[in-house]
Amino acid sequence: MRLPTWIAQHLAALRAVLVFTVLLGLVYPLALVAVGQLPGLNHKTDGSLISSGGTTVGSALIGQSFTDADGNPVARYFQSRPSAAGDGYDPTATSASNLGPESVVDTIATDPEESSESLLTQVCGRSKSVGELNGVDGRRPYCTDDGVGAVLAVFRADGLTGPVTRVVSVNQAAPATPFVTEYQGVAVEPAQPGEDYVAAGGVVTPVRGDAPADPAVPADAVTASASGLDPQISPAYAELQVNRVARERGADPAAVRKLVTEHTSGRALGFLGAPGVNVLKLNLALDKQFAAR
Amino acid sequence: MTMTTAGVIFVLTLVAALVAVYKPFGDYMFRAVSGTKQSRVERGIFRLVGVNPAAEQTWGVYARSVLAFSAVSILFLYLFQRVQNHLWLSLGFDPVVPHGAWNTAVSFVTNTNWQSYSGESTMGHLVQMAGLAVQNFVSAAVGIAVAVALVRGFARSRTGQLGNFWVDLTRITLRILLPIAVLGAIALMIGGAVQNLSAGTDVSTLTGGTQTITGGPVASQEVIKELGTNGGGFYNVNSAHPFENPTTWTNWLEIFLIFLIPFSLPRVFGRMVGQNRQGYAIAAVMGILAFLSVAITNIFELAGHGTVPQAVGAAMEGKEVRFDVSNSATFAAATTLTSTGAVNSFHDSFTSLGGMMTMVNMMLGEVAPGGTGSGLYGLLILAVITVFVAGLMVGRTPEYLGKKIGSREIKFASLYFLITPILVLVGTATAFATGNNSTALNVGPHGLSEVLYAFTSASNNNGSAFGGITVNTTWWDTALGLCMLLGRFLPLIFVLALAGSLARQAPTPASEGTLPTHRPLFIGMVVGVTVVLVALTFLPALALGPLAEGL
Repeated sequence: MRLPTWIAQHLAALRAVLVFTVLLGLVYPLALVAVGQLPGLNHKTDGSLISSGGTTVGSALIGQSFTDADGNPVARYFQSRPSAAGDGYDPTATSASNLGPESVVDTIATDPEESSESLLTQVCGRSKSVGELNGVDGRRPYCTDDGVGAVLAVFRADGLTGPVTRVVSVNQAAPATPFVTEYQGVAVEPAQPGEDYVAAGGVVTPVRGDAPADPAVPADAVTASASGLDPQISPAYAELQVNRVARERGADPAAVRKLVTEHTSGRALGFLGAPGVNVLKLNLALDKQFAAR
Repeated sequence: MTMTTAGVIFVLTLVAALVAVYKPFGDYMFRAVSGTKQSRVERGIFRLVGVNPAAEQTWGVYARSVLAFSAVSILFLYLFQRVQNHLWLSLGFDPVVPHGAWNTAVSFVTNTNWQSYSGESTMGHLVQMAGLAVQNFVSAAVGIAVAVALVRGFARSRTGQLGNFWVDLTRITLRILLPIAVLGAIALMIGGAVQNLSAGTDVSTLTGGTQTITGGPVASQEVIKELGTNGGGFYNVNSAHPFENPTTWTNWLEIFLIFLIPFSLPRVFGRMVGQNRQGYAIAAVMGILAFLSVAITNIFELAGHGTVPQAVGAAMEGKEVRFDVSNSATFAAATTLTSTGAVNSFHDSFTSLGGMMTMVNMMLGEVAPGGTGSGLYGLLILAVITVFVAGLMVGRTPEYLGKKIGSREIKFASLYFLITPILVLVGTATAFATGNNSTALNVGPHGLSEVLYAFTSASNNNGSAFGGITVNTTWWDTALGLCMLLGRFLPLIFVLALAGSLARQAPTPASEGTLPTHRPLFIGMVVGVTVVLVALTFLPALALGPLAEGL
């Protein structure tokens, strides 16, 4: 008996799927797992794990948080970048923030659970706290001195045009003092929780302020990475932390700086990627060389 | 060296490498798809599948074979995910929910690799390697096979035969994809990509916290994900994950693999039609568009306009230190110019105009150089439209490679072109009309960009995302699944129909009035037609999203 053509065709398709599943789905990856177990390669294919004092403390390729149980930075360690992976550096929940370049208005709800910070406020807040931790000026363009986005909702008589009727600093909840007292002659109010000033017709107006264009806190210190697991920080962010770490450990800053240099990888072949400092390896080396005070 | 200088050298070395492999690798692929001698393994596969490798197929049979293979693949992948909890290496994960399994099955079979799931918390190792990664190979091979069938339509005359799908599928997989995948995977392992079956290692961190270092057969999947322009990451954060893309040089290698096949296929085209210069012309169109796009994306990202990038001092949100702004921008352009959709940085947080470029790249129809195979057939369709437009201007019957472009041919070409804009614009409008746009993370124009990006990516079979939007709902999984399915297989049927119609024709000898299709004039015209068609189609939508935000 001959099968109808369309059935024969689908049976051939099914057989092809099964054959390729065995060949490409089992033989190919498992052969490569076997290759990966060759000496010299197996350390890497198993995840570049690092041990210290007999216990595994992490992976050379995966960043981690150097914070205490409450999430506060442990000052004797170099700090990693902000992370959007789970509660921070969680490899089982990798993520970026996915917030856009004009994410500048916070949601200030009456219920704090429903509030959320815009990307701009996150950047400003991180800059302020990193600045305080390391004893430098944490101010940035478009940020208020209390570490939120400097953004006004400007209401005009005819919507987009006409005289200004009302101005609200949308990211500063009452009773905060707005970062400017008046805008085009109108007094600036703080935001009231639960109000949506953008939906009410306020024009979103970020205010640049007079902070230096080249802030003391580097860019990677105030932004979440793509993976949420970035193992590196920029040499500039490492340099910013040298004095603090040296002080906490009673060490000579020059010796700490030397360790930083040893753990800095430059651009491969002189042009690939960007220089970076592996934070976990650097902190392990610190622990080895300078016991915490 | 500044970041800009390093970024420029990075791009130039990629260009040089792709130029260097164009001839040798293109010739190698030509032999793989046109040879008639089958290896022992290939003969074994043909016996198992039950096909006669010497029997050629008409366009209709070829198309039905593609559709049968894809339909069975979708069903197989769907069931695989639904029963994963009973299988080896499931890591204790539940079965994938029905709408998610449908979306993912369609996504991987259509070479889209859109992911509405998070790899490390949804898929067991077996589903990843024996389900998803298998489709990474064969969906890429299907694309190349269809492109080769179209080229046979140009190269052959007075015949209905376009080759045998099963032979093309097998030879492309075994001779082109598999050998490079093995070598590439070993290179990635040397760089630090993991390749194991571990369920994860719990470690206690320096400050006393705990962390689970994940495992998996990553390197073997990573390499074919780039080489086959698939893009579905083993982990949620894709090629930004240090276990997928550990170093600055693996980043270069991955971009090279993304471009390797699409940029070398014009050589196969040139060899098959017996005029290498026709291949150079097509490669030149791809190269011009790609270079411009990479350059413009880099310029926008390095300039860092926008409130948050200005506050930060650089567009560093959603980017890794080791890749920095420039190498991230180059990867983003590469992944959207092709049908890859892998990411090493998060496009949602790009500057408004930099993010717009990733959308424009996909809206070009992914032809510069496009996906494996789909890029070549997409560009050949645009070339057909170009000779038609040129023919209208001078009042002659348009011809391309000795074949007349008559009403039947131009109908297939036009239908091909219209499908993705319809899916993108109708889909986006429907999302807003039904309120499903509310799952976007960002508000205002950027929220519209997230929805527009999702439909552009799905309909063009790209797979990257403005990742803030939540798409694992029933509505989104279903709608985007349909876009992926229609955006892949309708164009593919029109391509094969066009191939059949071209193959039947007798060749027309070139005359005084024939437009030479290998000269700079023609190259410039194809570039122009491509850009103008896209601008006319998508500018209004872009004006409401990224342009409104960035200007």
